[in-house]
Amino acid sequence: MSSPKLYEDKLPPIPFAPVFKAGYLTLSNQGWSEVIPVLESDKCNGCMLCALCCPDGAVRASGDKVSFERDFCKGCGLCVKACRKGAISLKAKE
Amino acid sequence: MTRAFLSGNEAFAQGVRLSRVQVVSAYPITPQTTVVEALAGMAANGELNARFLHVESEHSALSAAIGASMTGARTFTATSSQGLLYMAECLVYASGGRYPIVMMNACRSTALPWNIYGDQRDSLLLADSGWIQIYAKDAQEALDLALIAYRVAEDPEVSTPCMVCLDGFTITHTYEAVDVPSQQQADAFLPPYRTSNRFDFEDPRNLAFSAGPETNYMFKKKEHEGMLRVFGALEKAEKDFNEIFSRSYSGALETFATEDAEVVVVTLGAVYGLVVEAVKSLRKQGIRAGAIRLRLIRPFPAGQLKEALSQVKHVAVLEKDISFGYEGAVLSWVRAAVQKGGLDLNVCGFVAGLGGKDIPEAYIEYAAKTALSGFNGTRFQGFDEEDL
Amino acid sequence: MALNAKNIPSDEPFLGHKACPGCGGALALRLALKILGPRAVAVLPAGCMSAVGFNFPQLCFSCNAAISTFAGTASMLAGIAAGFEAQGITDFKAVGFAGDGGTADIGLQALSGAIDRNDDILYICYDNEAYMNTGTQRSSLTPLGAATTTTPYGSAVKGNRLSKKNMFEIVTAQGIPYAATASVGYLPDFMKKVEEAAAIRGTRYIHVIAPCPTGWGVRPDETIEIAKAGVDCGLWYLAKSEYGATTLTRNPRVFTPIGDYLRAQKRFSGISEDDIEQLRKERDLKWSRLRGELGDAGLSGKGETRL
Repeated sequence: MSSPKLYEDKLPPIPFAPVFKAGYLTLSNQGWSEVIPVLESDKCNGCMLCALCCPDGAVRASGDKVSFERDFCKGCGLCVKACRKGAISLKAKE
Repeated sequence: MTRAFLSGNEAFAQGVRLSRVQVVSAYPITPQTTVVEALAGMAANGELNARFLHVESEHSALSAAIGASMTGARTFTATSSQGLLYMAECLVYASGGRYPIVMMNACRSTALPWNIYGDQRDSLLLADSGWIQIYAKDAQEALDLALIAYRVAEDPEVSTPCMVCLDGFTITHTYEAVDVPSQQQADAFLPPYRTSNRFDFEDPRNLAFSAGPETNYMFKKKEHEGMLRVFGALEKAEKDFNEIFSRSYSGALETFATEDAEVVVVTLGAVYGLVVEAVKSLRKQGIRAGAIRLRLIRPFPAGQLKEALSQVKHVAVLEKDISFGYEGAVLSWVRAAVQKGGLDLNVCGFVAGLGGKDIPEAYIEYAAKTALSGFNGTRFQGFDEEDL
Repeated sequence: MALNAKNIPSDEPFLGHKACPGCGGALALRLALKILGPRAVAVLPAGCMSAVGFNFPQLCFSCNAAISTFAGTASMLAGIAAGFEAQGITDFKAVGFAGDGGTADIGLQALSGAIDRNDDILYICYDNEAYMNTGTQRSSLTPLGAATTTTPYGSAVKGNRLSKKNMFEIVTAQGIPYAATASVGYLPDFMKKVEEAAAIRGTRYIHVIAPCPTGWGVRPDETIEIAKAGVDCGLWYLAKSEYGATTLTRNPRVFTPIGDYLRAQKRFSGISEDDIEQLRKERDLKWSRLRGELGDAGLSGKGETRL
């Protein structure tokens, strides 16, 4: 199993039918949100509840902690609510 | 090869069996039912190695057929009239998706009023659906078209679903002597279905997606081009068919005595046999008549029609259909082909056989003679003095 | 071993989609696909999930997937299962993700047919209680008193006047091999049910409440807690059924107040006390029957009258 990937080619050749390689992405969701989750590493216990609760799959395991994918995060804040240690907060993007 | 006494539906079922169809999903409706019953009987006897889906509606029948086609399986369904129209959404889905499903339509009148008898309003109403439409004239052609339809539809240059039209009752339920080919012959003619337009676990695919204003028209152009390649694919298929089965078909249209004809009757389906008889009678009366049978309605053989009519002076189009508020659909297309071809002749239309009304030979002669007189309009059978 | 946040597969088969922030449906779909694995073949009808995931050339499913006709999710799935089986392929997981409208309204006939045939498919209804993709119109799974664009609150008519249809009872009445109710408010329970369903052959149905922050009028980060509140106040029960024999997977001793659940959502801001009382009565009667207190055949749909 794999995940959809972002490709450079924004308009690939049109196939003869509506059939195409699965998981071909041309747009990220970066522009959706003006905030991004930030992790306070010391508070994170690696429970992965934040990753479970993200509708956009933007929270990933990173070592024994987590990291956030800017390409896919929409700033909904479900990860903040899911975390029982208060380790995540939403901060304005630079 | 064996010789059997079969109805058009039973003959078609033999063709489906010989085509090694893998999934059958159909819902009963008169006069299609006996083709599905024949297939169910074959499945019960182990003669048909296909999955048989007892779907709960025609919409589901074609939806399921599309699903099966998406896995790369060869798929069959059949319907008629109200059922065809119920699944209408799925027709454009299948053609836009480029799934080479073959569907047998038992051509039947459409409600209201209710009428189970044969006419061509159902299939002609969906001429713009993107499906190949080919019309048989008898049970033998019905059987043969099952194989030819899969061969043409599945051609990678075509990849378009195909509706094979059998006149309701006239072909579907009439018994004739038919040659049933051997499985070996069928296998020599029709290879297994291979396509990239399907799911794949090694290389996963997304199918049947949306395409917005920037790309939609590109898909539609390819769809149109695929349909236009049917002419070539059909010609090649029928050439091979003749070599293997020793039966020849004439591609987009069939003609009789048109080479020196002054008046030609253009028609489709089983009534062609009677039109040929009428042409012979007219010839005995000194009228140089001819007949053309449109086998393909889509793609429409405008070029071939122009060739066949190049020396003709008068055309009568006989069809079991009317486009309310205008004229018969086939008449319109023939008119357009004549105009496009730069031919100088009159074309008139005869709306006959609606709701299963019998078309006597005398009516066909009347149509030809009316065309001879230079008439350019439409007449309804049974209202012979009224111009529309 | 039970699936949990740490051992669930890390691939993201549903990624890059355009669902609203906080979408309950996207959450349910994403988790289900992770659990079902790479042999999943997903079918989605018209609705939020297909609209946000399948716009060429932005294709958000890394597994085999297709959009079906709106009414034909279950029949397309049936065809897919038949097509694979006809080719001798048995290692596939045909799964449908349809919304409440695509399931209980336009898709009900095809679903019933699939259950009738026992097609080897998993059908997941993600229920956000209205036609959300087209802007929040009422479906037969919209609760009493909810405001939608076709059941607005006005001086003459106060919101949706019809009750939520019980899809779980409808499918179990047909004796489906496996059916379950779930909620994104209780993710471990949902995940377990997807896992259980994936291990069985035949027709399986999971009905998961998946709140839509946009249509329900809650904040995007409140999706999971509002779904949980809907279960905790008893308006939605978590159960499963095997061949018509139903068991609860959560049986709270005490319910939280229905009013609190409803008033947390803007779509219920106009709801009357009478409607709340009606909902409370329906909840109490439903739970009495579930718990067998009425002493009837109970939960298999035999001899029950609809409330």
